Amino acid sequence: MAEIILRSLAHTYDAKAGADSDYAIRQMDHVWHQGGAYALLGPSGCGKSTMLNIISGLLSPSEGEVLFDTERVNELSPEERNIAQVFQFPVVYDTMTVYDNLAFPLKNIGMAKHLIPAKVHEVADILELTSVLHRKAKNLSADEKQKVSMGRGLVRDDVSAILFDEPLTVIDPQLKWKLRRKLKQIHERFNITMIYVTHDQLEASTFAEKIAVMYDGQIVQFGTPRELFERPAHTFVGFFIGSPGMNFLEVTVDEHNVHFSGLRIPANPRRLQSAIASGSSNIKAGIRPEFIHVWDEPNDEAFEVEVQDVEDLGTYRILSFYLGGQIVRARLNEDQNIPSQKAYVSFPEQWLNIYVDEYRVGDDDE
Amino acid sequence: MNKVENNKAWFLVLPMLLLVAFSAIIPLMTVVNYSVQDILGSSAYFVGTEWFKDILNDSQLQQALIRQFIFSFTILAIEVPLGIGVALMMPKKGWRASLILILVTLPLLVPWNVVGTIWLIFTRTDIGLAGVGLRELGYAYNITRNDGDAWVTIVLMDVWHWTPLVALLCYSGLQAIPQAYYQAARIDRASRWAIFRYIQLPKLSNVLVIGVLLRFMHSFMIYAEPFVLTGGGPGSSTTFLSQTLTTMAIGQQDLGPSAAFSIIYFLIILAVCYCFYVAILNMGRDKNTSQPR
Amino acid sequence: MSLALERVSKVVGGQEWIKDISLTLEPGSFNVLLGRTLAGKTTLMRLMAGLERPTSGAVIMNGVDVTGMPVRKRNLSMVYQQFINYPDQTVYENIASPLRLARLPKDVIDQRVRETAQMLHIEAHLERFPLELSGGQQQRTAMARALVKDADLILFDEPLVNLDYKLREEFREELRELFKAKHCIAVYATTEPNEALALGGHTAVLHEGELLQYGKTPDVYHRPKDILTAQMFSEPPINIVAGRVTESEVTFDESVHFKLNQDLSGLKPGNYQFGVRASHIGLVPHADDDLELTVRVDLAEISGSETFLHVRSEQFELILHLSGVHEYAVDQVVKVYFPTHKIYVFDSTGAVVHVPTRLGGR
Repeated sequence: MAEIILRSLAHTYDAKAGADSDYAIRQMDHVWHQGGAYALLGPSGCGKSTMLNIISGLLSPSEGEVLFDTERVNELSPEERNIAQVFQFPVVYDTMTVYDNLAFPLKNIGMAKHLIPAKVHEVADILELTSVLHRKAKNLSADEKQKVSMGRGLVRDDVSAILFDEPLTVIDPQLKWKLRRKLKQIHERFNITMIYVTHDQLEASTFAEKIAVMYDGQIVQFGTPRELFERPAHTFVGFFIGSPGMNFLEVTVDEHNVHFSGLRIPANPRRLQSAIASGSSNIKAGIRPEFIHVWDEPNDEAFEVEVQDVEDLGTYRILSFYLGGQIVRARLNEDQNIPSQKAYVSFPEQWLNIYVDEYRVGDDDE
Repeated sequence: MNKVENNKAWFLVLPMLLLVAFSAIIPLMTVVNYSVQDILGSSAYFVGTEWFKDILNDSQLQQALIRQFIFSFTILAIEVPLGIGVALMMPKKGWRASLILILVTLPLLVPWNVVGTIWLIFTRTDIGLAGVGLRELGYAYNITRNDGDAWVTIVLMDVWHWTPLVALLCYSGLQAIPQAYYQAARIDRASRWAIFRYIQLPKLSNVLVIGVLLRFMHSFMIYAEPFVLTGGGPGSSTTFLSQTLTTMAIGQQDLGPSAAFSIIYFLIILAVCYCFYVAILNMGRDKNTSQPR
Repeated sequence: MSLALERVSKVVGGQEWIKDISLTLEPGSFNVLLGRTLAGKTTLMRLMAGLERPTSGAVIMNGVDVTGMPVRKRNLSMVYQQFINYPDQTVYENIASPLRLARLPKDVIDQRVRETAQMLHIEAHLERFPLELSGGQQQRTAMARALVKDADLILFDEPLVNLDYKLREEFREELRELFKAKHCIAVYATTEPNEALALGGHTAVLHEGELLQYGKTPDVYHRPKDILTAQMFSEPPINIVAGRVTESEVTFDESVHFKLNQDLSGLKPGNYQFGVRASHIGLVPHADDDLELTVRVDLAEISGSETFLHVRSEQFELILHLSGVHEYAVDQVVKVYFPTHKIYVFDSTGAVVHVPTRLGGR
């Protein structure tokens, strides 16, 4: 049980690193609180595997510190840190039975013999492995094996955190949601810090209370699934989370509006103020397809736009339209009338985010 | 099993079939043919299973067979654990790995009869390193007089020559184990022995099947090395099956009995190999469930 | 170029992998083969390609029976799940390879390679080797090689499985655009209903070697012919509830029932299966006659901008597909609203007997 603190952490695989781009992880501070269910989400090559290895102890960071509670653990190996890990493919002791697999870590730490069976049965019960306890691990299906590897982390009371590295990769699609549910239940039952590393937004958002989105060696946002959706802190989060991702327009601003190729779109004054104050010329307005209002008739607040395409995705439709020469996407409900040729759209002020140098501005924690 | 049926394909297999026929089937059938006949000059009589009965009752052959089994099992008992041990100690990557790999494999590149010759010189009591060295230490080492010396030397020679093969196979098997297993084991606080017993050994079982089978077959057919080194002596203490057979077939021209002998020889190897194969593959199966997955 | 399968079957080792499928693909059409693993998608593609010979039936191309014709005499290309390229040749050489085999003049090859590379956004990597590229770029190279030779038939065997979801979204959209301008027949196998919908065109739903339904993708989706098609072509799966129609009501059981509405009034009394799409059950009522159900949450699966809510009551398990992010704890109690106007009805044989008027029923 521990709180995991990353202090001024940075890592590079290049001994002569100078520029930012030489770093797999750029300098950051971060805290994983005791008992939290977290996800580390990002595309391949964003640095999340490096981060995982630094937390688990396979890799010692080139700069900064890793603290478990107050103890510096930079130089400690995974076993000294008591970090358990569930890998992409199941790791089980093939020749042992499921029971022996689960009992193995307990025997190794010298737990009194008579205490072991109760502990093993408790964990097997939660993981629904009781019926296969006396089978050889080799003969289990992939999801059962994955539960066994998880179980070995859960039997010990002294494990400080469990790391999951894309653990559902080899699981049948039909079984995945059941295992996700199991994971959530386990987290609620055991007060263990869990960090789930994945490139899949569904895996991350379903499991985690809070998600750290990594991009280009940095954590660009650390927030709940809802925050990532409603208020992406970085343009990458807007793009990466949600299908389709957020629309971005390169704009200029005044005190009341954003300007985009001759159009004036009203926006939140506080956000605009921050953008003006920054003095930067890299300003973007971002809005999610879900939040754009679309009508098939003209009305006062709406802009007239030209429809490019309507995709019927069964339960909803994606309307693509041109706004000042750029394609913008809006999500239409099944019941909504489909505009042809011309559509009338508006961008609710609340959902129109302003980004300066790729980061969201105007701290309005409504 | 997922192919277009096309009978023309059989023509492609034909050359291979012919080749196998000439290289294996026809010679084997010739031997079967000899084994049931008595050949005197140019005439032959059918004798049925008589040669087989004779061979099975021949005490000289029984002795050789026992000697052969003891030898094969002795070298397996030494080479397999030793090979695994060597493989475990070899570096996993970098220039050291390549260097050690080359050094370890070196004995495998030496031709059989050259191995015999090397050891012949090595063990000579006048100029050989081992021969002279042991004498200096006060041991009256002599492979031409002392049965025990000859026996131990031949075992050592085989171990020197062939342990690298087992080591090489195990090394490749070990390299194929993903790091995740070691990491998981370390987190589970597994001892070095437990890691070997529950991760490395099970993952090696497939290459060990190959290793044990190859080494058994090889050693069971050993010929050139002892022939060069000891000529089967002193007495017949290091005369193994193949040498006995050669003496019978070429030295005495007893074609019928030696053909029967060959077939028995072949069947023994086949039977033992099958037993090894089944035994090793069954390691780690569930004992009370019969679910093949 | 047209392609037709006539009563094609394939038996392998006594098992029927393809069961009597007849299918005509229009010239220039984009066709999705939708089905779970082992539904027969790959086998069907291999039959179309001539990699496999049907046990019975015929494959007709442009009106000519090509059933026994070897693959290399047909003008087709294929893209696989794995990123298959020649590792020791540059991207340029990879794309050019089919044209070189066809012995086209150098300047034509150069022009076509560059055009195709541009279309697939890999023009900047032409001089690099495939393994130096990202997974997405490797698959683009493989696709470029398939597209460059102007094949009559292009087969895609789950080409996006090994890419992450953002790349998949990108690819789907590009493929949709790309094939608008092409006049070859494209056949695309996938296990994902949403991929079929995103790609558009036509969809053939396969299940255990049988062709369940073929037609324009939205048509098949909105008007499934039977319960199996509806189940195969929905993600999350359509909710199926068994129930009974009496003179005046629909009853799922004692506690859950509603008056027959105008929509369902044509149903004869008896036992039926009722299907409701996950997206039609809501957290707030959409109509006055929506049925209120009190359920427990099994799991809220959140996919960035959508939520799949698994819930159960004593009688049934349901899945809701909600727009936006909705966080729920496991076992939390919620009220959900079941639309009585958006119910598909299937008879005891599984055939559809009612498609809701609001969803395209007639």
